Amino acid sequence: MTARTTRSSSAAKKQHYLDLLRQMLLIRRFEERSSDVYQVGKIRGFLHLYIGEEGVAVGAMQTLTPEDAIVSTYREHGHALARGMPANELMAELYGKATGCSKGRGGSMHFFDAERRFYGGYAIVGGGLPIAVGLALADKLMGRKRVTACFFGDGAVAEGEFHESLNLAKLWNLPVLFVCENNLYAMGTALAVSHSVTDLASKAQAYGVPSQAIDGMDVLAIEAATSEAAARVRASDGPEMLEMRTYRFRGHSLADPELYRTKEEVERWKEHDPIPAFIQKLRDLQLLGDPDLEQIEASVKQEVEAAVAFAEASPWEPLEDLTKDVTAS
Amino acid sequence: MTTMTYREAVRSALSEALRRDPRVFVMGEDVGRYGGAFAVSHGLLEEFGPERIRDTPLMESTFVGAGIGAALNGMRPIVEIMTINFSMLAMDQVLNNAATLRYMSGGQLSVPVVVRMATGGGRQMAAQHSHSLEGWYAHIPGISVLVPATVADARGMLLAALEEPDPVFIMEHATLYPMEGEVDEGSGACDIRKAAVRREGQHVSLITYGACLWKALAAAERLAEKGVEAEVIDLRVLRPLDSETILASVRKTRGAVIVEEAWRTGGFAAEVSAQIMENAFDVLDWPVQRVCGVEVPAPYAKHMEDASLPQVEDIVEVVEANLV
Ligand SMILES: Cc1ncc(C[n+]2csc(CCOP(=O)(O)OP(=O)(O)O)c2C)c(N)n1
Ligand SMILES: [Mg+2]
Repeated sequence: MTARTTRSSSAAKKQHYLDLLRQMLLIRRFEERSSDVYQVGKIRGFLHLYIGEEGVAVGAMQTLTPEDAIVSTYREHGHALARGMPANELMAELYGKATGCSKGRGGSMHFFDAERRFYGGYAIVGGGLPIAVGLALADKLMGRKRVTACFFGDGAVAEGEFHESLNLAKLWNLPVLFVCENNLYAMGTALAVSHSVTDLASKAQAYGVPSQAIDGMDVLAIEAATSEAAARVRASDGPEMLEMRTYRFRGHSLADPELYRTKEEVERWKEHDPIPAFIQKLRDLQLLGDPDLEQIEASVKQEVEAAVAFAEASPWEPLEDLTKDVTAS
Repeated sequence: MTTMTYREAVRSALSEALRRDPRVFVMGEDVGRYGGAFAVSHGLLEEFGPERIRDTPLMESTFVGAGIGAALNGMRPIVEIMTINFSMLAMDQVLNNAATLRYMSGGQLSVPVVVRMATGGGRQMAAQHSHSLEGWYAHIPGISVLVPATVADARGMLLAALEEPDPVFIMEHATLYPMEGEVDEGSGACDIRKAAVRREGQHVSLITYGACLWKALAAAERLAEKGVEAEVIDLRVLRPLDSETILASVRKTRGAVIVEEAWRTGGFAAEVSAQIMENAFDVLDWPVQRVCGVEVPAPYAKHMEDASLPQVEDIVEVVEANLV
């Protein structure tokens, strides 16, 4: 692991690891809290939780610069937080408030932040991939050395747009880093029920797109693989794909009765929960003591509670603005 | 003034845009080496090179989506979908991405993409290559839908579309490409908000767009021989619809016939009719009439296809049957 990091000072390394832990915990606690708020009816619509998959967003986001672009899905709370979008604006968006990151027009599935180049949550499965290809095409045509990171699920790999997008990105050598979050299910349909070939990384290779499967429960492995892949994408202008093997601990959305998998299966996967696993690793490395953890938990809790308070106190978008921003004029 | 074909008018707008704005590029199936399925982009590859005249694989959804993505990221893409018949494969990108991103992002994003496609029947192409689905697009808030019927509009509307901050769809009727007309080559963007009164008259309003404009004008000519003065409105833009021009005409003539190639049920003519009923019912001397495509999958045989599309005689007959 030390070979993977270029950080020389151990203090900086410790700080970085604690930062990764904090980001994962922030996503976890933010979503647990939003789930509570959902139960009392203050958040409606679909709420797709990322719990169990936090290592992917946090690990993958580290190498991306402010100039790089992100395209995500409806399960994007983790990506947005890891990108640095303020928890306040995200919680307010879940509430549908005017202070939300999409002014209450998007909700859970459609977070946007132009300034942070977060090009949004796309809720039509596979629909974000062509957008990512186009963002990268513009960068290439303008001679900018930027990466577009495009997150999508295993279900999206069955859609035509996955195949079209990988083909086009490779054909035109566009700097897209495709990040497939394989959590083994598309709603209630298991991987093997959707895919004739379940090795998803190999599908990218059919288009000449280099790819590898990564342990999606290991934040450091994810960070290392993403840094290397993104560097190659940036240097060569060619796309790559990483298949992150992960698992969601909660239902597809809060409306999911989870008839399609056993509790035992979920429990088995929880043994690989990326957060306790990382905590243990840091303890073993003597990089994390109880006071550190308590301090992180407390600051995360405070940030989440502040976000809830902010959302509660925020105003609704005035109805005079119902039809504003359909078009510019 | 120069005489050129509709095809050349679109091409002249494309090359002018490519010449003056480095952000503009063209992409679509067979736009480069083949020269465009309708030869619209013929010669552009040689002049502008493969970076800016980009042949795409057959993947309507993804190259339209890529156009949206490139537009989000500072370019001015002109995407060509070979014909509207194939555009259904890209409909998700149109409906769920191009049309929504500004709104869904609370006004943060802008999608200045232009998408052109050939539309319409009348060329014995049968049921899978003859659709007139402009009305489906016009149903969608967040985009503009342009239907140039004249050579001047074919050029001016494309240049105007490139100045818009939001997605613009241009449907070019395939039978119009060889049509000749007058163009001022020095003229730039034209208006893309207003309908045009192509012929003035006081007895009836013929409201139409695209290739049907020429049938309506021919019908007006015949009616004039019989002493009936028809006013002919070319809608030009289906979204946003210029209701004022329609209503002003109907208030004057007190009778309306809407002509379009699309199927009658739920077509764009139904929308125009509804707006007249909502806003000018009191002035009508007779019920609004529609001359539309017959509700069959487009047939191949010429006599059958002709019978399935609005013809000059159909328009004349409807006017004569209703005018009191
Ligand atoms: C085109 C399309 N079809 C169906 C749906 C309904 N749907 C929403 S999420 C989903 C499963 C997607 O699974 P996956 O891509 O693996 O992502 P995950 O939810 O596991 O993160 C389905 C079928 C949709 N939103 N879009
Ligand atoms: Mg999945």
